[in-house]
Amino acid sequence: MGMNHDMIGHVYPPSQPYLVTTEKISAFVKALGDTNPAYADGTVAPPTFSIVVTMNAMDTAFHDPALQLDYSRLVHSDQKFEYLRPIRVGDELTVSASVEEIKPLGTNEIATFKTDVFSGSELVVTGWSKIVVRGPEA
Amino acid sequence: MTLKISDLSVGMELPALALTFTRADLVAYAHASGDLNPIHQDEAFAKSVGLPDVIAHGMLTMGRAIQVVTNWVGDPTAVIDYSVRMTRPVVVPDTAEGSIVNFTGKVAQINDDGTVQVELGAVFGDVKVLGLAKATVRLAQ
Repeated sequence: MGMNHDMIGHVYPPSQPYLVTTEKISAFVKALGDTNPAYADGTVAPPTFSIVVTMNAMDTAFHDPALQLDYSRLVHSDQKFEYLRPIRVGDELTVSASVEEIKPLGTNEIATFKTDVFSGSELVVTGWSKIVVRGPEA
Repeated sequence: MTLKISDLSVGMELPALALTFTRADLVAYAHASGDLNPIHQDEAFAKSVGLPDVIAHGMLTMGRAIQVVTNWVGDPTAVIDYSVRMTRPVVVPDTAEGSIVNFTGKVAQINDDGTVQVELGAVFGDVKVLGLAKATVRLAQ
């Protein structure tokens, strides 16, 4: 059973606000092993920090029964971010996720989810995540 | 020293980085990112789903590759877009040495609007773990 193509264009309700703290930024920077002095005071987040909130919002979509997505066969294949400004300490992030594309690729299916990350009403980052849902083994 | 667009030319290579991935790094990234998928931490589980061993989060590899750019520029907020394809996983054995990934970058395009596009490479052993990896930064003129 493939994904439900009627869901293309579907927009999910905004995620719960996520407060960016110096502790969260510093833990992320440390886990990346990034020693850039720009992160020393934990006030500005690295470019890929956005994934913390976008992945969470997409998880909600992935588990939406209406999408008919087999989570056990999902692989994250591509990720893109466009930054309007960096994420900073004190931002209260919410994510609006939508289904941009679903299409077959051989025996697999690929889907692209767009994630707009807002702090309050200000759009700060847009992410695109492409996933592959592997089809049945031949 | 501030990097200026007038000092750059297409094809110029950025300083490369060789970064180690250990099991402890994966556990730290799992907790910092909220991605607790057991394929990144639990060897028995990873093997049960057909993987050779525990694999690094693709987003950890992405987060490390951009350090080639942000170390070069200095200011990480100069990055205005960044995209990758996660082509192959970084396999991480339970050893103190872990796995080493070699990250490279080169200037691919210099735009009239003061932005520079960098192409990135990430190689583990002889395997490309990221493809179509590129970032755009805004630099001083």
